[in-house]
Amino acid sequence: MKQSKRLFVRTLAGAAVIAAFSGAAYAQQTVKIGLLATLEGPFAAGGADGMRGAELAIKERGGMVAGRKIELIKASSDAKPDVAVNATRKLVEQDKVDIMVGPLSGGEGIAVKEYSKTQPNITFINGSSGAQAATLVNPSPNFFRFNTEGAQWMVGLGKAALDKGYKRVMVIAEDYAFPYSQVQGFMSEYCRLGGKVPVKAWVPLGGKDYSSVIARIPNDVDALVVVLGGADAVNFLNQYEAAGGNKPMVGGSITVSQDILNYKGKRRDSLVGTIAGSPIADAYDAPEFRKFVADYQKNYPVSSGAFPSPSLFALVYYINMKAALDGLEAVKGDLSGGQAKYRQALSTMTLKTPVGDVKLDANRQAIGSTFITEVVKDAKGNLFNKVLRRVDGIDQMLGMKKEEFQMGSRDVPNCP
Amino acid sequence: MSAAQWRKAMNAGAGRVAMSGRPAPRGQTPLLAVGGLSPLLAAVRARHVLVLAALLVFPWVATPFITYQIGAQSLALGLIALSLTFLGGYGGMVSLAQMTVAGIAGYLVAILGAASASDASISLGWPWWLAVPAAIAVAALCAAFIGWLSVRTEGIYTIMITLAVGVAFYYLCLQNYSVFNGFQGFQRVQAPTVFGINWREPLPFFHLALFWSLAGYFFVKYLLRAPFGVALQGIRDNPRRMNALGYNVTAHRIAAYAVAGVVAAVGGVLLVWYNGLIGPGSVGTSWLINILVIAVLGGMRHPIGPFLGAIVFVLLQTFAIDLFDRERFNLVIGGVFLAIVLFSPDGLLGWWAGLQRKFSNMRPASRVSHRGDLP
Repeated sequence: MKQSKRLFVRTLAGAAVIAAFSGAAYAQQTVKIGLLATLEGPFAAGGADGMRGAELAIKERGGMVAGRKIELIKASSDAKPDVAVNATRKLVEQDKVDIMVGPLSGGEGIAVKEYSKTQPNITFINGSSGAQAATLVNPSPNFFRFNTEGAQWMVGLGKAALDKGYKRVMVIAEDYAFPYSQVQGFMSEYCRLGGKVPVKAWVPLGGKDYSSVIARIPNDVDALVVVLGGADAVNFLNQYEAAGGNKPMVGGSITVSQDILNYKGKRRDSLVGTIAGSPIADAYDAPEFRKFVADYQKNYPVSSGAFPSPSLFALVYYINMKAALDGLEAVKGDLSGGQAKYRQALSTMTLKTPVGDVKLDANRQAIGSTFITEVVKDAKGNLFNKVLRRVDGIDQMLGMKKEEFQMGSRDVPNCP
Repeated sequence: MSAAQWRKAMNAGAGRVAMSGRPAPRGQTPLLAVGGLSPLLAAVRARHVLVLAALLVFPWVATPFITYQIGAQSLALGLIALSLTFLGGYGGMVSLAQMTVAGIAGYLVAILGAASASDASISLGWPWWLAVPAAIAVAALCAAFIGWLSVRTEGIYTIMITLAVGVAFYYLCLQNYSVFNGFQGFQRVQAPTVFGINWREPLPFFHLALFWSLAGYFFVKYLLRAPFGVALQGIRDNPRRMNALGYNVTAHRIAAYAVAGVVAAVGGVLLVWYNGLIGPGSVGTSWLINILVIAVLGGMRHPIGPFLGAIVFVLLQTFAIDLFDRERFNLVIGGVFLAIVLFSPDGLLGWWAGLQRKFSNMRPASRVSHRGDLP
């Protein structure tokens, strides 16, 4: 009797062990991915669209990767670095995600990159943050960025400006890291090819009054390089028009957006011919990009709050999430050994994106393509961005040697 | 709300607490009332031992995440809010610039000590034992200056002028590149390694924050019973009368700002070490207001209030997104804040006092008459 009781207990214990193991095996079936974007603050609309882009990449695979179910855990920040790190820490340490995708803006990216060094067993993939420093200064071995950044987006624009006959330009840009990068991307090529930039005006982010800047515009410049975002750009245009300005424009990646093209002022027609550099071009007609746009529009109709056409954030989050999933597929979902195999796969793969192929450099930063666009008027009188050309294989050094490369700042580069 | 009403509301909460000495309430026997021991021990009650024991056990049972993000962050934020409770609840001066003072201390730790600015080497690289006291001292000076600017105003005007100071400092940080490194701020501002302990690990950092929070808490409690604190409460209740008694009201208030500045500065140093970075966003308007939210949420009638408020605040900020639609989770945060303030004008402490009253009504034998007598 005693014997059988003991046997019974053992059987029970054995069953419990089996149950525990099968539970563990079941947990192995799902792969947890954390997704961070800004659902609050100044970039809330962009953050929501970034999430749509990332979800689209998961939907394309039917929510499965390498036979494992994808569990997506979202978090939000308000574009502040400390909030972004808190949200990331929660996803990694509390929700125990395997892979982390995010964040959205530059300062957040640098902060999350620093945090990633304390979590060597988790792989961090960028969302859409574009600060040069994130992968150039103290890079982290487990932080990957499959999107090109602010300086890379402007490569090719310097040559395009010279082709238009702009030999001297004045730069008007907001006074923080992202415009520094953009101006560097433009000027490093422009100066090398013989262009001159006699004046650079750095204006505060969210500034309302541009009269002092407009007064400083020299008569002998051929064009203005305007690297201002959203409302700042519209304010500048209004005031420049009121002051009677007539110089043509060269735009940054977020300057000539749809709200600028919908601008109703008298200078509207003078926007025609404005060239800009950007990682996304609505009118790009490659079949992969058209398919991406169609998928976005099908999954996220305008009535659900989405944009008529995917924004830069949707595209870049899509690219980074796709990289995370393609990497998982490549290693058959094997995340063992501190994710070493997975990282190896990420570092060496060639990612197919809607806007061309992307490879990573030694700092795990994307080498990819950018577009040079020009504003043209269609038959109905609407303005839109036409693709002039695609520039491929742009690396973070902008084609310079590592020794001579300096990160963009107020004074670098310089060619008065 | 007019200035007079505001002040009345502020006073109504806190006025009951101190002023009188603290006779042991009837029906509650001091736990350690051993004859001959100092009155300090006599004041120790079961709940004090319970809370302290819980605080000491907490980091050993909780995950490092909970210890660090919930525990340590609540303590650092609570310490900053404590300085506001001291000023607002006991001095009658609601200053929105307490986060600014904490931010000045944080920035100075980054500038004087070791940090990495992205493009320029601004940090002077002083050792921590020089940088941290210097940062706290300068922050306290700045707090005294803010006090000097705003001390002649009352009620809503104090709020306005301190808000203006806070916003001005935010824009200074945002646009100055030579000292504050503008939009980027400073990265990798980390707690040092001392005595072979890496203080930025969750467990040591929690204990560091706990030590300074307890120090701040007992310092404020002591100060409120010292002549300085009692006079401050007198000034809050009737400045003209205190003036007639021979007190220099303006100087006393400025001194209160400076003292609160020290508390806020210590909290600011902890917070910058917690975050590992500082930038204009850390001293922006939302954080100025968050500190007020924490203080009001906890209740301004006792120095424990801001810590309770900070715990609720941090828990909500961290977990609200799991409770509700991920794109609407701020609704939960706002809703809970609203509910707390709506149902109890005294914040969480008001609830606690209400519960205590209800409880004691059920047991009329042990009547608790000291409403201000809280943990």
